[in-house]
Amino acid sequence: MKLTSNIAAGSEAFRANEAANLDALRVVQDAAKAAALGGGEGSRERHVGRGKMLPRDRVANLLDPGSPFLEVGATAAHGLYGGAAPCAGVIAGIGLVQGRQVMVVCNDATVKGGTYYPMTVKKHLRAQEIAEENHLPCVYLVDSGGANLPNQDEVFPDRDHFGRIFYNQARMSAKGIAQIAVVMGSCTAGGAYVPAMSDVTIIVKEQGTIFLAGPPLVKAATGEVVTSEDLGGGDVHTRLSGVADYLAEDDTHALALARQAVGNLGASPQLAGTSYDAPLYDPAELLGVVPASLTTPYDIREVIARVVDGSRFDEFKKRFGETLVTGFAQICGMQVGIVANNGVLFSEAAQKGAHFVELCSQRNIPLVFLQNITGFMVGRQYENEGIARHGAKMVTAVATTSVPKITMVVGGSFGAGNYGMSGRAYQPRFMWSWPNSRISVMGGPQAAGVLATVKRDGIERKGGTWSVEEEAAFKQPTIDMFEEQSHPLYASARLWDDGIVDPRKARDVLALSLRAALNAPIEETRFGVFRM
Amino acid sequence: MFTKVLIANRGEIACRIIDTCRRLGVRTVAVHSDVDARARHVQMADEAVSLGGATPAESYLRGGAIIAAAKVTGAQGIHPGYGFLSENPDFVEEVERAGLAFIGPSAHAIRAMGLKDAAKALMVEAGVPVVPGYHGEGQDNLAAEADKIGYPVLIKAVAGGGGKGMRRVDDPAQFAQELEAAQTEAQKAFGNDVVLIEKYVATPRHIEVQVFGDGTKAVHLFERDCSLQRRHQKVIEEAPAPGMTPEMREAMGQAAVRAAEAVGYAGAGTVEFIVDASDGLQADRFYFMEMNTRLQVEHPVTEAITGVDLVEWQLRVASGEGLPAAQEDLSINGHSFEARIYAEDVPAGFLPATGTLQHLRFADGARIDTGVREGDEISPHYDPMIAKLTVHGSDRDTALAQLTRALKDTHIGGTVTNIGFLAALSEHQGFAAGDVDTGLIARDLDSLVKQAAPYSKTRALAAVAALGLHNNTASDFAGVSLWGGVEQTAHFAFGDAEAARVETLSRGRFKVTLPDAAHELACLQGAWNVDGTKTDAKVWCAGGQGAVFWGNTYAFTVPDPLARDADQGAGDGFTRAPMPGLVRVVDVVAGASVQAGDRLLVLEAMKMEHALRAEADGVVAEVMASAGDQVAAGAALVRMDAADD
Repeated sequence: MKLTSNIAAGSEAFRANEAANLDALRVVQDAAKAAALGGGEGSRERHVGRGKMLPRDRVANLLDPGSPFLEVGATAAHGLYGGAAPCAGVIAGIGLVQGRQVMVVCNDATVKGGTYYPMTVKKHLRAQEIAEENHLPCVYLVDSGGANLPNQDEVFPDRDHFGRIFYNQARMSAKGIAQIAVVMGSCTAGGAYVPAMSDVTIIVKEQGTIFLAGPPLVKAATGEVVTSEDLGGGDVHTRLSGVADYLAEDDTHALALARQAVGNLGASPQLAGTSYDAPLYDPAELLGVVPASLTTPYDIREVIARVVDGSRFDEFKKRFGETLVTGFAQICGMQVGIVANNGVLFSEAAQKGAHFVELCSQRNIPLVFLQNITGFMVGRQYENEGIARHGAKMVTAVATTSVPKITMVVGGSFGAGNYGMSGRAYQPRFMWSWPNSRISVMGGPQAAGVLATVKRDGIERKGGTWSVEEEAAFKQPTIDMFEEQSHPLYASARLWDDGIVDPRKARDVLALSLRAALNAPIEETRFGVFRM
Repeated sequence: MFTKVLIANRGEIACRIIDTCRRLGVRTVAVHSDVDARARHVQMADEAVSLGGATPAESYLRGGAIIAAAKVTGAQGIHPGYGFLSENPDFVEEVERAGLAFIGPSAHAIRAMGLKDAAKALMVEAGVPVVPGYHGEGQDNLAAEADKIGYPVLIKAVAGGGGKGMRRVDDPAQFAQELEAAQTEAQKAFGNDVVLIEKYVATPRHIEVQVFGDGTKAVHLFERDCSLQRRHQKVIEEAPAPGMTPEMREAMGQAAVRAAEAVGYAGAGTVEFIVDASDGLQADRFYFMEMNTRLQVEHPVTEAITGVDLVEWQLRVASGEGLPAAQEDLSINGHSFEARIYAEDVPAGFLPATGTLQHLRFADGARIDTGVREGDEISPHYDPMIAKLTVHGSDRDTALAQLTRALKDTHIGGTVTNIGFLAALSEHQGFAAGDVDTGLIARDLDSLVKQAAPYSKTRALAAVAALGLHNNTASDFAGVSLWGGVEQTAHFAFGDAEAARVETLSRGRFKVTLPDAAHELACLQGAWNVDGTKTDAKVWCAGGQGAVFWGNTYAFTVPDPLARDADQGAGDGFTRAPMPGLVRVVDVVAGASVQAGDRLLVLEAMKMEHALRAEADGVVAEVMASAGDQVAAGAALVRMDAADD
């Protein structure tokens, strides 16, 4: 049935919410804009002065004209490394090339020569993970000096470090997920394996280089004096070594060749979602619908009404476990099961959630989680009735279902609620956050309270006293720490999610995420043992 | 009335005849060359017979094959259209011998009017005024005759038409040279080098009278003014003639009817007069030039002001009915203009052009006579006419405003056209004032052919089109991105290559940044809004070509980003045919040393001879064509080895 909104757009409360949410949004927007500029004015000018296109222009001109671009990790590494790696020095996202969804990974050579910081590696691997899960061909626009040497201990040796990039390339290629590299600058040392491990490689004449060791290292090792171009330039690699397959005149030509290569990947999978109704309520109203404070409760159906086609929602089990809203809807013509929070999770709500996830799994319907969760209910009554058992059912269902899951954090994401609602550890295909959202193991004041209780018990056991002022002073750093660390920019900087989303674009982002997810066939679900 | 006729023609006139036949319930048979097998006239006709070949000589001039086609299909009459066999008296006789009706005048009338000198003598007898001149058969004393008439004089091919074999001579010293040129041209074009000499009329106007006869009696359907000419080719025609007085119209009409009745004319014909307009139109200053014994290209203007369907009249009279109307039943209603739209490269000197009509949108509210559809090819074998556009208005000013509007609303992409030139002409002040003469175009040619430079808004539209975004085909998530917009680079060239940055704001909405300006464009309900203002701009782009139609046609090209090869240098040593054509002469053989600029061979294409020259010094490695070969555009003709140095 059609949802009816009880919020008057333009009311005083609406305007107040909107103002607060716009403030929160601007903080993210400024961070995203700064990140998009990469390594600053000087290095951008030097880059362009070499006849190279800026990395964002490279991405833009690889894509089909007018293509959407679902960017991943737009504010990755925000505030890390002293701000040295805007956007983690690599652009990643999904766009259309020749009408086909592809994952683009583009080094930003204006950021420390495109070298890999730990977060660069993590972002590159996350992009590959998305590509692999959703069967998206990968196009790597390579312009990187390889590992960032001062950080080598955090980028080279571990399982999810640099080597994993090439492992992923080989594994994806084996699965028939095309790997295409365009060498538009350096590909040094380990980086040389990105083009070498690709199915198809394009290199720009007198600009792209591929070698295991650059001229200085060669000279140091063997005494041989050689130019970059003679060592591993485009002419060498397309004519002599065979490391690259196509020689491009310049960036523009190289991108055209890459587009041609994508066009020759065989039949393109049908894009899901083409004809549908808009929601009855404008998605732009979401900024005024969502309260400024996480502690103010609101009906999640107000969000659903502004996200789904025609605001139509077949709500399942509406009268049972009311703090969890479940039901069927369409987003841009794609059927989904929605699991959304309307308060703390009780046993009934958890059972209902598990039931609904089972339904969707049996029907191969993707799941959309709208997270605004403080956690599972605590207290003797609830522990005794087995809320952990019921919660485990929901977590088991969410963890083991094979249907694609898309998670959007629209409010709080605290404690075990994060697990039941398909948090990052539950490997949703995509996880997005809103600027007003917060994520942490529990609320800051609660965490400070727990620590203070333990401390007070210790002091009082030894017969000491602890004034209220002392307790407050003790609690404040914890509260501050939680406040900082639960902010979406802090989370997104560390790639705990795939990015922060303007709520007004939530519908588009969900639709593009679903479209990407539906690019891969849905496998049959085999659930784990439910604790009954 | 006939039940079935064969149309021995192609293009717009064949289609136009079929239209009337269909309205009268007459079945139609088309004939066609091989290259016209899928042409519009073939599609429109009920039946069609292939004549084979490509050139007119191999197809539409094959009278015997055409008559056989009529016999096989059971057609009772043959309509010749204009051109081709329409004024060939031998063909008329063959048609009649085969027991078929020729929808046109008798062989006798054609012959009488066909040789211009004899025709003039006949006209003098009939009391029709003629230009002073020499029309004798003797061709030995032409210079003396010219002196007698007085310079300037005009040399004309007796068997000619369409400006071929025609030369104006102002200076007696030039006479011999011009005479030879005219004779050569006449021989080549008509197989007959006999010429006549006439007084050259200053400030001449070309006014012709449409006549219609039943073999004995004739009526006239008033005049047409065809003074807007370029090198004797009509460009824009109108009816009635501006400044025409009732007395002069009466005098000219009477003279034209006398001319037609003098040869026992049957069907539609045109009596052309040259009018000395140096003192305005004077009833005693018009001279018989010639009679065209066929339906004229520009007949639609007469149809527009009289309400008569001349093809219907032709069919009626040819099938034995009498004249459909008496002179007193005919009157003039309003004013009409016709413009001939050609595939022509105007700045290059009105060179005939070829190409595919990839985009073809004719204006509403105008009569369009055309033989082509969108997607059709303008072939090098025939006249490159695309369409005739005819407008009608209650008075001359209204009709002229309609002409301008209709030309600007006619949008053609895929080949160059003369539409911009026609539109400029329609806005010419002298033309608007009715001050027309046959020298108008030549006098103001520079301003008439000037190509308008595109404004930044036009270039912004081209940028969107160059990316293929003008058709609103982008996905529903067009331009969706999380935070910053995605700016893409459009490459296009209005002559010079340029680039613009295009950000798709949402489906059909764009921000375009050019080096000199930025504009916001939105396509709303098929109309382009530019910076918030609705415009009548239209955009087309496909296959590397495009055009913005916005008052003018601003054609641009879009480079193929893949058409670059890092493996190859600038030249590859091949000389290629720039267009389809016939190899006339091959100047070199393999092994020959040539210098840059040396002629390698001559290609005849588009009625022109093109010399293909060596781009650099070198040795001819291979000659891949021989004289007489028909070659396709882009065909490699000569391969060169670069000279060692």
